[in-house]
Amino acid sequence: METTDNSRRAFIATSLLAGLALAGCSTKKNPFEPDTLDEVKPSGEMVKLLSVDGKVIEVDKAFLKPVPDLPAIPNDVARKGIAGKKFVMVIDLSRCKSLKKCQAACNHMHHIHPGQNWIKVYPMQDAEHTAPYWEPTTCMHCDEPPCVKVCPVDATFKRQDGIVLIDSDRCIGCRFCMAACPYSSRVFNWEDPGVPEDIAKQSYSCETSVPQKKGTVGKCDFCPDMARKGELPHCVSACPNGVFAFGDMLEDTVTNGSETFRFSDLIRDKAGYRLMEDLGTKPSVYYLPPVNRNFPFENHEEKEEGKHS
Amino acid sequence: MKDSAIQKITEDLLPQKFGKQGKIWVAFLLVLCLVGFIAYCRQLSKGLVVTAMRDYVSWGIYISNFVFFVAISLVGSLITAVLRLTNAEWSTPLTRIAEIIAVSAITFASLIIIVDMGRPDRFYNLFIHGRLQSPIIWDVIVITTYFFISLLLLYFPLLPDLQILLRYKDKTSKGLYKMYSLLGSFWKNTPEQVKINSRAVNILSITIIPVAFSIHTVTSWLFATTYRPGWDSTNFGAYFISGAFLVGAGAVIVAMYVFRTHYDLEKYITDSHFDKMGKILVLLALLYLYFNVNEFLVPAFKMKKSEEDHLMGLFTGEFAAVFWFAICTAMIIPILILVNKKGRRPLPAFIAGLLVVVGSWFKRYLIVTPTLLHPFLPMHDVPESYKHYFPSWEEWAIAIGSLAGAMLIVTIFARIFPIIPIHETITETEQHEKE
Repeated sequence: METTDNSRRAFIATSLLAGLALAGCSTKKNPFEPDTLDEVKPSGEMVKLLSVDGKVIEVDKAFLKPVPDLPAIPNDVARKGIAGKKFVMVIDLSRCKSLKKCQAACNHMHHIHPGQNWIKVYPMQDAEHTAPYWEPTTCMHCDEPPCVKVCPVDATFKRQDGIVLIDSDRCIGCRFCMAACPYSSRVFNWEDPGVPEDIAKQSYSCETSVPQKKGTVGKCDFCPDMARKGELPHCVSACPNGVFAFGDMLEDTVTNGSETFRFSDLIRDKAGYRLMEDLGTKPSVYYLPPVNRNFPFENHEEKEEGKHS
Repeated sequence: MKDSAIQKITEDLLPQKFGKQGKIWVAFLLVLCLVGFIAYCRQLSKGLVVTAMRDYVSWGIYISNFVFFVAISLVGSLITAVLRLTNAEWSTPLTRIAEIIAVSAITFASLIIIVDMGRPDRFYNLFIHGRLQSPIIWDVIVITTYFFISLLLLYFPLLPDLQILLRYKDKTSKGLYKMYSLLGSFWKNTPEQVKINSRAVNILSITIIPVAFSIHTVTSWLFATTYRPGWDSTNFGAYFISGAFLVGAGAVIVAMYVFRTHYDLEKYITDSHFDKMGKILVLLALLYLYFNVNEFLVPAFKMKKSEEDHLMGLFTGEFAAVFWFAICTAMIIPILILVNKKGRRPLPAFIAGLLVVVGSWFKRYLIVTPTLLHPFLPMHDVPESYKHYFPSWEEWAIAIGSLAGAMLIVTIFARIFPIIPIHETITETEQHEKE
């Protein structure tokens, strides 16, 4: 729950400063004198604040006014992305045993509607006599994104750091992007996504994709809010087997948290590839083939499905 | 030409009050619209969750209904523009029927697309954030253009008739009279006005043809610009256009028959009209069949892995019944009926037209939904209900309500305005007598 804590802290800090600023705007000589119009009585409980000029001051709690919550990163900055970065992910299929910790962490942190998933873990078998394997998929953050091409209102966009995001405050819910995406990575909020009330109240941020909104499209966002903090996407840190490695192609480095690789070496040595290369979408997600596996392929889902049917 | 003959034509063609049948029909349509409206209110409050659409089948019968409406509206350009420009005079009595079908269909095409939106409250985003690279914006532009050109093509030829309607003051109610004067009291039938009007209609007839081709080609591109099996086809534009002319012509034959029998217009919508429209319908059905053969036979010959599930689902799988029903009712049976001269008499032609319209509706469903059930990656990690699609009652109610609404517009239009152009019928009769 690191993000929520942080954002709450940020929220409180901005509220306090804005409260002071508001008080400063009033015509009274002493901004800390109780406002007769507000009829606020000092509660006697004092809080310490850092003033604009860097001094620690004490203010009665009753004089603080809440301000509308603002996302930490403004929309126009979130749309541009982080300069000098090109984010990539490498998914090592030889390490995946479909624990789905990635999925659970992603669903939890983005407050996704129950039953829907941004990360899917497919049991794959390419042909009758070839070996089965688990294939986790995220949004591919394509360099030629078909979804961005078809969006009529620029609600889904490609940033300079390679990340494809959605502005849920602008999306009109036409679902053309879902038809256009060959990787089925987009999900739609057919009903209210059931986000906890305190989070639903926050204003939407493209970088956290929170809170999801009814009638709009959602998908994996590569957690750019974490990247800004120098941390890894939630799926990467949640995976105990180090399946996901995330990093910057320009630095030529990817890491799964415990191991760090030179991206170009990793792709060359392990024959990395991308999904549906023939479509020309140029994904930012690379896969390492399921050779020398850490685990045998055991599909418990299939057995369970078999029981039900 | 004698005044009495003119009088007779005029009185035959003046709009008539609804009889008992007419009232029941209007009430029936109103009830359907109301049910659709109630369903839409439910959808507005609960979200698109009331539909059966989910993440895989993200477009359902709203979109296929949209394609159907756009398709049917193309007939306005076929009858009014193509036949007018090729001097096919026999089509004059059918122009207004075709044009009002076009206007009402394109209106409901726009409405149903708003119904499909997850956030209809943000419709204005299309105008303030619209991006020209999206085929949806192309569709918004061409459909709006088509709507206005069709409206003008309906209105301009109506002007001389409005003058006639104003002359028969005793036969109209006060409210209607006011409306007629508002719409057409400036029309004095002066040679200059006639000249301007006929030039305007000519210009519109020429401009509407590329616009009509655009609306349905762009609509086909909503699908063909994606990678999905069944949609990823270079054949799609022509395939959609030919199917659109077919269903539109079918709808005109149905409307011709209904108006003819209900308003006793046998002298004006003659057997020969059914014969000629029947021939056009056969031609169009054969054309559409040709494009269908291209659309299905070529990929079926190769059976690429990505296409295989989709194609087999249509040919022999879960959609086979609907697929063959649509092929037979929209093309094969109407062709068999209408190639015979006897089949082009009013009643069999009407039945053939009806089959075309019904079959075409299901054909649109097959174009939209089965493809979405065959994504590139298998359907996985979703609730079981996401893997199937059968429209919910709300979807049916809204789709049927929209069809009823389109028919209601046509019905009410025929109550208010002469459904067969009076002035043009008189001038053409005069010309024939001179010859």
